Amino acid sequence: MSATRVAVLRFPGTLDHESAATAVRAVGGDPFFTHHTDTELPDDTHAVVIPGGFSYGDHLRPGALASRTPIMNAVKRHAAGGGRVLGICNGFQILCESAMLPGVLRPNASLSFICRQGDLEVADAGTPWTGGRVVGERLSVPFKHHDGAWFGDPGESRVVLRYRGENPNGSVDKIAGISNLAGNVMGLMPHPEEACDPLLGSVDGRTLFAALLA
Amino acid sequence: MTLVVVTVMPKRGVLDPQGQAVQGALSHMGFGDVADVRVGKRIELEIGGPDPAGQAAKMCDDLLANALIEDYSVEVPG
Amino acid sequence: MGESGKPLYQELGLLEAEYERVVSLMGRTPTDPELVMFSLMWSEHCSYKHSKPLLKGFPTTGARVVMGPGENAGAVDVGDGLAIVFKVESHNHPSAVEPFEGAATGVGGIVRDIIAVGAKPIALLDSLRFGPLTSQRSRFLFRRAVNGIGNYGNCIGIPNVGGEVQFDDRYEDACLVNAMCVGIVRHDRILSCAAKGIGNRLVLIGNRTGRDGIGGASVLASAEMGDDDADKRPSVQVGDPFTERKLIDLCLAMSEAGLLVALQDLGAAGLTSAASEMASRGGVGLAIDLDRVPLREEGLAPGEVLVSESQERMLAIVEPGTLAAVVDMAARYELDATDIGEVTDTGELEALWRGEEVVRIPSLYLTDDVPFADVPQNPAPAPSPIDLADVAEPDDLAVAWLSLMGDPNVASKRWIFEQYDQLVGAGTIRRPGGDAGVVRIPGTDRAIAVTLDCAEWHCELDPRAGGQASVCEAARNVACTGALPIAATDCLNFANPEKGHTGWRLVQSIAGMAEALTAIDAPIVSGNVSLYNESPRGPIFPTPVVGIVGLLEDASKSVGSAFHRHGDQILLIGYGEPRIDASRYLGRCEGLPPAPDLAREAALITLLVSAADKGLLASAHDVSEGGFAVALAESCINGGIGADVTIPKGRRADEAMFGEGSARVIVSCRPDDVAAVQGLAGSSITVQVIGEVAGDGVMITIAGSTTQVAVADLARVWEGAIPQALEA
Repeated sequence: MSATRVAVLRFPGTLDHESAATAVRAVGGDPFFTHHTDTELPDDTHAVVIPGGFSYGDHLRPGALASRTPIMNAVKRHAAGGGRVLGICNGFQILCESAMLPGVLRPNASLSFICRQGDLEVADAGTPWTGGRVVGERLSVPFKHHDGAWFGDPGESRVVLRYRGENPNGSVDKIAGISNLAGNVMGLMPHPEEACDPLLGSVDGRTLFAALLA
Repeated sequence: MTLVVVTVMPKRGVLDPQGQAVQGALSHMGFGDVADVRVGKRIELEIGGPDPAGQAAKMCDDLLANALIEDYSVEVPG
Repeated sequence: MGESGKPLYQELGLLEAEYERVVSLMGRTPTDPELVMFSLMWSEHCSYKHSKPLLKGFPTTGARVVMGPGENAGAVDVGDGLAIVFKVESHNHPSAVEPFEGAATGVGGIVRDIIAVGAKPIALLDSLRFGPLTSQRSRFLFRRAVNGIGNYGNCIGIPNVGGEVQFDDRYEDACLVNAMCVGIVRHDRILSCAAKGIGNRLVLIGNRTGRDGIGGASVLASAEMGDDDADKRPSVQVGDPFTERKLIDLCLAMSEAGLLVALQDLGAAGLTSAASEMASRGGVGLAIDLDRVPLREEGLAPGEVLVSESQERMLAIVEPGTLAAVVDMAARYELDATDIGEVTDTGELEALWRGEEVVRIPSLYLTDDVPFADVPQNPAPAPSPIDLADVAEPDDLAVAWLSLMGDPNVASKRWIFEQYDQLVGAGTIRRPGGDAGVVRIPGTDRAIAVTLDCAEWHCELDPRAGGQASVCEAARNVACTGALPIAATDCLNFANPEKGHTGWRLVQSIAGMAEALTAIDAPIVSGNVSLYNESPRGPIFPTPVVGIVGLLEDASKSVGSAFHRHGDQILLIGYGEPRIDASRYLGRCEGLPPAPDLAREAALITLLVSAADKGLLASAHDVSEGGFAVALAESCINGGIGADVTIPKGRRADEAMFGEGSARVIVSCRPDDVAAVQGLAGSSITVQVIGEVAGDGVMITIAGSTTQVAVADLARVWEGAIPQALEA
C-alpha cells in the first residue's frame, strides 16, 4: 500500500515548505510540492498543507496575492469535497484571504515580529485535528510571525487552539488556531512542523500532521 | 489609459495599531495636538477600457481591500 | 573637470598619485566612466589597499580547508562530501546614514556571497555596535538596524541563530553592523567566480538596475562620517528581500542542474567589481553591452550603469548552449536573466554604450594593480593595571550584582533575537541566548555551532592580546556547545589607519588573532575589512569581530547554557584569575586585562568538546561580560532554577564576582560524572567543584559571606534592561 499523498503548496516567497514536507514524511505520508500556476491537484491528493513564509513578500496584505492564484481554486474544490487542508502561519493567512476560513490576521499588537516558544492549549478536542487530545491539554509549539492577531467572529468557526498565559499578539479570544465549522480546514499561526523532532525541543506538532493522513 | 487613485483605509471602529503608534510618536516629538491618526494605502492604477472607476471598484472588492477590516474609495483625478 | 571645478579624479576620491598611476598604466587619459571605475575599485572598501598586505599574517590553510580566502566565501569540509561556506561582512557606513536599509542590505549582500559559491544558506548572525541607549540617536539606530536585519532575514527565510551587541560612547557617531552567513554545499557543486570559456555568455540575473548606491563604495566606506553626511543620503541602497528569496532559490536550482560555469554577486561597485573580479580570476576578458542591461529608470549614464549598487543581482557565466535553459529557469522563478555580454581572450573589461566603446581596461589594473598604502605604526603607551585601592568597594554586593545585570551590555538580548526568525528550516538545535547557535547540517546527523565575538576594550588597551582574546572568546563559546572549532572568518572594523595609534592596533590585533587561530587550529577562510570608522568625536575602539564555526559530530550531543536539575554539581573549569581591569563592572576601558594563555585555551576547548562528546555535561556557559556572578545568574535564569556555590575571594570579593579576563567556564553535571570530567583535565586546566544546582535563588559564598538574590529578581532586571532603556 503506497503512502498517503499530501500536497505541500509553494508560492514565490514560501519558506517553510521543506520542513512541512519533512514533517509529513515523519508521520508516514508522501509529500509533493505544487507550483502556484498549477490549476489542478493530482487525483490522488489526500490532503493539503499550506506552509508558512512570506508568499509574495507579504505585499498588499499577508496572503492576499497567494490566495488569488490558480492553485487555490483547486484547493477550494478539494476542501468543498471534504478533503483536509492545514494552513500554517502564512498558510492560515492565505486561508482567511481565500475565505476558506473566517476572519483576518492583523499585525501583532506590538507591531513587531515575534519568534518565541508558544504555550498552547487545546480548546476543542472534537475536531479532526485534535482527535485523541483532551480539552485543556498543553502543546508546546513555537510561533514566529509579524501579523498573527486573528480578528473576526469566533462564532463563525471552531476554535481549536488558544495561547495560554499572556496573549502574545492581540489575537481575539487568544485564538491561535481555528477550523471551519465542518472541521476539515484548519489554520494556525504557530508552526507545528518545528515541533516534530525531539532535537528541536518538542514533538507536540506531530498530532496535526498525523491528522492529515486520516 | 486613465489614472485612477484608490485609497484603502482601516474601517472606522477597527483598532488601528499602526495609527496609534504614529500618533504616539508624533506626540513624543511635540505634535501633541493630534486627535487621531489612521494609516492606509494609496494605490495608483493606469486603467484602459471603459468605466475605469468601476473596474477599479471591482479590483478593490476582489483584491485591493479586505472588506472585513478595510474601506476603500475610488477617485479619477483630472 | 568635475562639477565643483576640481579635477574629476579628486571629486571621485582618487589621490593625485593614484590618478597618475592610472594614466601611466592605461597609456592614455581614461574616459570618465573608466575613471569612475578606477576610483571605486581602488577605494579602500573594494581594494583593501591598507590592509591586504597585513592579512597575509592569518593562517588560511588546513586539512579541512576546501577553499580559502580569495573567493566570495571560504569553504570547509564537514564530512559526507559536504562543505560549510561562511563569511562575515560589514555595512557600517550605510547603516549610519539609513540604519534600516543599511542593515537589511548588509544581510542581503552577505547572503549573495554565500550563494555565489553555490551554497544553500542555513544560518545568519549579526554583530552590532552603537552608542549608549541613553542617547536618542543610538536608540533610533539600534531599533532601526535590528528591524532591518529582522525584516530582511525573516523574509528570505534564513534563521538568525546568534550574534552580539555592545553599546559604547565610541560608537555613537560610527555604528557598526556586521552580518555573517553560513551555507552548506556539496564539494562537487562548489562554484568559483572565475570566468572561463571564450565565447561563453555573461548573464545578469535578478533586479533591474537603477541609481542605488551610486558612489556608495568610494563615497561612504572610504571616508569618515562628517557633519555633512546628509549629502551621502542618496547613495543608500534599498533592499527587496522577496526578490532575494527568489534569487537564492534560482541560484541553487541552476547550480544543482549544473547550468553555471561561474557565479558572482554584485555588491560594492556593482557590475564593475563583479565583472572585473570574474575576468581577473579567470585570466580572461569580459565584453559588456550596457544597452542590454535591464534598467529601472531612464537616463542612466553608462558610468552609472557600470557602478550602480542596485541590490539582488548576480552575474553568471553560461555556455551558449545552456543559455536558453537558464533563461527558462529564471522565468519559472519570476526573475530576469539577461545575456549582456561574453567572455573574451583579451584580459580586458570592455563596455559598449549605444554601439560605442566607452570602457576598455585590462581587468587586472582594476583588481590587482592597486597601489598599496603603508600603515603607519605608532604604538600607544602600555597601560598600567588597575590598582584596586582606586576602586571603591561596594557596600552591598547584591545591589552591585543587580545593577550589573541591568547594564544593556550585560543584559538579556531577547528584545533583539525575538524579532528574528530563529527557526526556519527546522534545523535550529540551540537558539540565540546561549553561548553559540547550533544548526543541524541538513541530511546528516551532524551539526555546526557558530558565534561572533570581539573583545574591543582589550584590543584598545593591549591589541595583540586583545586579538588573541577575541578569537579565544569565540572559540570557547563554540566549544561550550560541544562543537570543535574548525575554521574562522573575521571583520576588522577599525578607524582611520593613518591617524593616531589605529594602524599599530590594526597590525597588532591581526598578529594576535593569527597566533590564537593557529593555536586552536582554526584557519581563516574568508573575511572583510572596514576602515575609517570614526567621526569628528574620535575613532571607534579597534573592533576585530571574529566568527568561528565548530563541528558537532553528533547533533544530539549539543550542550546548552541552562542548569537542569536540583542536585547537579556545578564546576568551574579553566585557568587564570578574574581581574577588574576593563570589565563591565569597572565600566571603563581602563587597566590591563590579562593576556590569554593560548596553550591552555586549546586545552580548555579540548576538554569541553571531549566532555560533551562523552555526554558528561548537563550545561556549559562561558564567563564573559559581567564576570562569574552574571554567568552563574544566566545559567540559573535560563534554567528557571537556583544555585548554591562557593568561590575563592582572590584579591577582593567584588573582583571575584564581577571580574573578567580569564578563561573560565561554568558547567553542571550529574554527581556521578564529576570524576570523569575532572579526569579529562590535564595539568594546565583546573576543574573545581564549587557547589550545586539548588533552590530558587542564586547564592554565592565568598570567604564565609553569602550574597543571595532570587532568580526571579535577577531575571526581572536582566530581561527588562533593554526594553526599558528603549522606552526612555
